Amino acid sequence: MRRVVVTGLGLVTPLGGDVETTWKNLIAGKSGAGQITRFDASNQKCTIACEVKAKDHEWGFDPDKRVDHKVQRQVDPFIIYGIDAAGQALEDAGLAEMDDDLKQRTGVSIGSGIGGLPGIESESIVLHERGPGRVSPHFVHGRLINLISGQVSIKYGLMGPNHSVVTACSTGAHSIGDAARMIREGDADVMLAGGAEGTINPLGVAGFAQARALNMSMNDRPTEASRPYDKDRDGFVMGEGAGVLVLEEYEHAKARGAKIYAEVVGYGLSGDAYHVTAPHPEGKGAELAMRMAIRKSGLEPSEIDYVNAHGTSTMADTIELAAVKRVMGDDLGGASMSSTKSAIGHLLGGAGAVESIFCILAIRDQIVPPTLNLDNPDEGTEGVDLVPHEAKKREVRAVLNNSFGFGGTNASLVMKKVD
Amino acid sequence: MSDTADRVQKIVVEHLGVEADKVTQDASFIDDLGADSLDIVELVMAFEEEFGVEIPDDAAEKITTVGDATKYIEEHKG
Repeated sequence: MRRVVVTGLGLVTPLGGDVETTWKNLIAGKSGAGQITRFDASNQKCTIACEVKAKDHEWGFDPDKRVDHKVQRQVDPFIIYGIDAAGQALEDAGLAEMDDDLKQRTGVSIGSGIGGLPGIESESIVLHERGPGRVSPHFVHGRLINLISGQVSIKYGLMGPNHSVVTACSTGAHSIGDAARMIREGDADVMLAGGAEGTINPLGVAGFAQARALNMSMNDRPTEASRPYDKDRDGFVMGEGAGVLVLEEYEHAKARGAKIYAEVVGYGLSGDAYHVTAPHPEGKGAELAMRMAIRKSGLEPSEIDYVNAHGTSTMADTIELAAVKRVMGDDLGGASMSSTKSAIGHLLGGAGAVESIFCILAIRDQIVPPTLNLDNPDEGTEGVDLVPHEAKKREVRAVLNNSFGFGGTNASLVMKKVD
Repeated sequence: MSDTADRVQKIVVEHLGVEADKVTQDASFIDDLGADSLDIVELVMAFEEEFGVEIPDDAAEKITTVGDATKYIEEHKG
């Protein structure tokens, strides 16, 4: 069977405009949260978020590096983040330049949970106030979810499969799993896979607040608001950004002497069949996805050393933890599990891809990132290493990444070190 | 350069992300400035806003160079 490895990484997150800045800040225990600056949020129930910082910030993102000025004007932020992260990943993999044959064997599958909500909001106002003749001719293709994949394909001449996953907060994980399958099936030798989101706009924040999903009790303490597994957790903090991986067929990567970060060995998918926003109270769907991913990896649960949890800082955290315990044992077989959403917030459709990259860096550096703000662990967390407050050096042979989305869609990925 | 030509140039630079010295009166939006048909729709909308003129579709189709736009605006602005 064709094996799939990771040979390039790209990140745009609230902790940095690239992989190394983000990772350094994450391991140092920094938080990307703050008051919303993107718009006047003073009339919102939630006034905080984890924003991608402007380029003059120490951890800022400079869109001019890889995204044409004209494209920047036409598209929503999630597409800009996605194009940049894809470019970073290609450069990291040594694939920024390719011959025509390889371009035809290279595809793109970068999705988003929601897509261009800011532009939909602003153009709706234009339509209402100034009429249909003033709506931008770039309105549609500047908002469509598959337009990261489209833009990246055009920019780099990539003619392999061009695809996009839309499964809410499981998008990033599904994108990686599905793209790995495309390589395994022989549809492509290289795939850019990942997810992006950018919905820190009035409608996005109001919508999630009205769904009672966001933290609304700690507007005065933004860096403390995302606190997975803590007794005082009260909803997620919205993040934004993108994560993109270069996935590559193993022999292809080896033949060109590529740097290999990890191998994608297991992928599990399931549906909760329960409720549109609430997870199944016993975490049955989550358990099914994890069991499938581990079974297909051929690993024993005891070989998994780190779990990057979905852990959004909502009541669902302990439901997920109970499911992980059923799969891996009451002490998780000695594995560490943390939620990096405590530092970067919830990147929604980008989460699964960004967090998979954190898992891969945990393997690379043999260190696991912390769960911030875990001051008073909730019931059911006893005997589990949730990596409170500080990163931890430890052996990391294999990792499990969980993502769960509205609609009851679950995805789990298992990746391991390549010897 | 007339005031109109100056303002047209500024809009073109902003929308197409090109260097100002390339935006001559003879420059073709598509051949010289890298615009596509949708960019021209957007530019025409921007000219209408800036100068308070209305540029109907049949007139817009005949605007292919920066000079065409400047001329149309000078002839039709209030």
